[in-house]
Amino acid sequence: MIGLSHYLLVGAALFGLGLFGLLTKRNLIAVLMSIELMLNSVNINLVAFSRFSATDAAAGQVFSLFIIAVAAAEVAVGLALAYAIYRGRDTVSVDEMNWLKW
Amino acid sequence: MENGGLMHTLAFFLLSGITLAAAMGVVFKRNLVHSAFLLSVTFLGVAGLYMTLQAEFMAAVQALVYSGAVAVLVVIGVMLTHRQQMSRSNPPNKMLLVGALAALSVVGAIVWAILATPWKVGKGSVVTAGDIGRRFLTDFAPPFEAVALLLLAALIGAVVLFKGGKAQS
Amino acid sequence: MWADFSLHHAWLIPLLPALAFAIISFFLLRSPWLAARLAIAAMGTAFLIALGVVWAVGSKGITVEAPFVMKTVWFSMPGLVASMGVLVDPIAAMMLFVVSLISLLVLIYSTGYMTGDPGYARFFAFMSLFAASMLAMVIATNFLQMFVFWELVGLCSYLLIGWYFFKISAREAAKKAFMTTRIGDFGILLGILFLQIAFGTLDFGELAVKVPAYVQQNGVALLTCVALLLFAGPIAKSGQFPLHVWLPDAMEGPTPVSALIHAATMVVAGVYLVARAFAIFSVLPGAMTVIAWLGCFTALFAAAIALTQREIKRILAFSTISQLGYMMLALGVGSLTASMFHLMTHAFFKALLFLGAGSILHALHDKADIFEMGGLRKSMPATCAMMGIAVLAIAGIPPFAGFFSKDEILVAAAHVSTPLYIGASFTAFLTAFYMARLFLVAFFGEENPHNHAHESGLAMLAPMGVLAVFSIIAGIVPFTMGFGDWVRFGPAHHAGIDWGIASASTLIALAGFGLAWAIYGNGARRSDAIVKQVGVLYSLSLNKFYIDEIYQWFNRNIVTGLARVLYWVDLNVVDGIVDGAAQKSGAVGNILRRFQTGQTQHYAALMLMATVMMTLILAITAGAVAGGGKI
Repeated sequence: MIGLSHYLLVGAALFGLGLFGLLTKRNLIAVLMSIELMLNSVNINLVAFSRFSATDAAAGQVFSLFIIAVAAAEVAVGLALAYAIYRGRDTVSVDEMNWLKW
Repeated sequence: MENGGLMHTLAFFLLSGITLAAAMGVVFKRNLVHSAFLLSVTFLGVAGLYMTLQAEFMAAVQALVYSGAVAVLVVIGVMLTHRQQMSRSNPPNKMLLVGALAALSVVGAIVWAILATPWKVGKGSVVTAGDIGRRFLTDFAPPFEAVALLLLAALIGAVVLFKGGKAQS
Repeated sequence: MWADFSLHHAWLIPLLPALAFAIISFFLLRSPWLAARLAIAAMGTAFLIALGVVWAVGSKGITVEAPFVMKTVWFSMPGLVASMGVLVDPIAAMMLFVVSLISLLVLIYSTGYMTGDPGYARFFAFMSLFAASMLAMVIATNFLQMFVFWELVGLCSYLLIGWYFFKISAREAAKKAFMTTRIGDFGILLGILFLQIAFGTLDFGELAVKVPAYVQQNGVALLTCVALLLFAGPIAKSGQFPLHVWLPDAMEGPTPVSALIHAATMVVAGVYLVARAFAIFSVLPGAMTVIAWLGCFTALFAAAIALTQREIKRILAFSTISQLGYMMLALGVGSLTASMFHLMTHAFFKALLFLGAGSILHALHDKADIFEMGGLRKSMPATCAMMGIAVLAIAGIPPFAGFFSKDEILVAAAHVSTPLYIGASFTAFLTAFYMARLFLVAFFGEENPHNHAHESGLAMLAPMGVLAVFSIIAGIVPFTMGFGDWVRFGPAHHAGIDWGIASASTLIALAGFGLAWAIYGNGARRSDAIVKQVGVLYSLSLNKFYIDEIYQWFNRNIVTGLARVLYWVDLNVVDGIVDGAAQKSGAVGNILRRFQTGQTQHYAALMLMATVMMTLILAITAGAVAGGGKI
């Protein structure tokens, strides 16, 4: 019997993977991908809540759609930023992006 | 897909396995192109999970937007920014241990919260695309419009950033 | 009519010279002729008003008990109301008359004396301000107002003593005067603060009521300390013993300034302050004793120094200190009348002496040593005659002014204490001796062939003439007109000549003259033999009892040493704390800086760790993260 907790655990695992990638990846685009994984894990949670909710079922999916929209915007702007940095500095390595440090 | 049946259970475990395996590939693969493609697989797996939750519209949007648009965007980004050897394009940094510790502790906290919480699960209901559309145009209209504006701003911003400023071009 | 107007517009007396100062400073610095005329006109008008005030005091029956007071609130806050105003009683009226008259005469004299000085107009501006401050101080209704103008007087003295600022000695003298009087100002300020705290008022009239009542209730111990603090101001300003050192050095200023400082403004301010606050001092026998003995000692001490000095203005300076000691002595023995009387007569003859000295210096181009003058009698007959009058007056020969006032002081002292009387009498002897020495050496004897002395012009001689007249009559006229009925404290003082004391003092003065004649008469120089016999005493006196040297030594060794210690403390302890704090913050920052790697992922990891920590803390303290989620 697959219940809410199963989906939430899958979401948690996906979130953990995304988090690990966010912290350990050197490539800016890989970091962006990791963020996408985390956003997806959140979406799984929301849709699962929507499915097993007692009251307002549609709200969860509405929120998920909002998140998908925001994620799309984030990817577009993030990749544009990565490309702009790459063009200016010839690198996409997060390690080297510390010019604001004194 | 009927909730509670054997097929449903099998489908859930299969799709979860695919999703998590692909996600691990995304994170651990040293080749950025492989990561990008596995990301697309992850998105499709999540779409399948939505199907098991009887959220067909969500599954369709996930497949279209994520696997279709976002994954393609990422691949384009990878190709634009990488000219050297692809096989070592996605290296990890020196924080593997710290990252693992942080991720594990967060996951641990979440898992503990999930297991410790006595969920009161309802009977549940199927949500159709019509329901979602109605909600978007009634009580969620303001955020809906805001998201439209956000997308527009992101579009313009991305174009401007890609084009580059005068100083750099 | 005029008297009435003057009385109600007494504030004009200080205001007119102050206005003259402002106008000259702002508009007339390049037109010296006009500046001098303006200063004199303003001072002359002020003098006329002062005359009217004196007349009003006489005709309207304004007495010490019932003064004419006009005041307005200057500023007020809870617990402190300061007023400015005009207080006219016979004492103030007498002072107004003397100060404005002498200021006027000195200003006229200065038109001659200062001719050719590049700062001619500025000089008249400063002199006007000097006189204005003193006049305003005289009519002050309370201690605060008095203190303000007291300080202004000090400032003007600084400006004028340092007039020849291109001379190092003048600059040093100005600084010395300012710093020395500042010591006293510190005391007086403390005293004023205490009076304000203890009595809630600084008004002379109110204090005169409250202080005796307080003394009856609480005894005199505390108030004696306060009175001595207040007296520190007069000690410094009036050149009493430990703080007299600035006055001889003040000679560095132009001679008219010296005349003003010594006769009308500045030094008599201290005496006047004690007289004004006499209601406080008179109920404190301890303070009175201190004042009397200090005055007597100063008189004797300064006279002893004056015996051997060679510079004419220096002799006069020590003579001033000595005479101020007399005034303090008179106050100390409780005779305000005698003190004020002597203040007035002294103002006239000392101003005359200084103007005469200025006339000589002008003629001899600042050759100040009296032993180089010699036989000025023939070349400067008018100056000689008027100096003679002044010498007779200061020595106390009847019927000149000094005789009457000095006699009053001697009588008052004899009533209180025989040692004081003897000290005062001996001082009178010394005074007669050194004044006669000055006069004989400078004007008689053989003419110095190097000198080409000439008589001074009318602008200088006319004021001297007026002062000479006053030096003759200022004693006998007030004496017969009942000076003591007006200027007094307590019951009316009917002055009568104690024939015993009067004849004794006259004989003493004549003896002083005789001794001087015996040593210096007929151009003789019989002093060298005497010097050999009393060598130690002579060098003590010549070197002013080494007071300056003692101060120098104290300054060099104690003050500088202390300053060095404090400098070290400041450098190592105070700065050490400040620098140390800064260094430690810097070090801490240096450590914390390492957390700021610039690596976004480090920040993200730290933030997540913190989130996990907070979750854990919340879970432990609240028992559960989400106790009862509802889906």
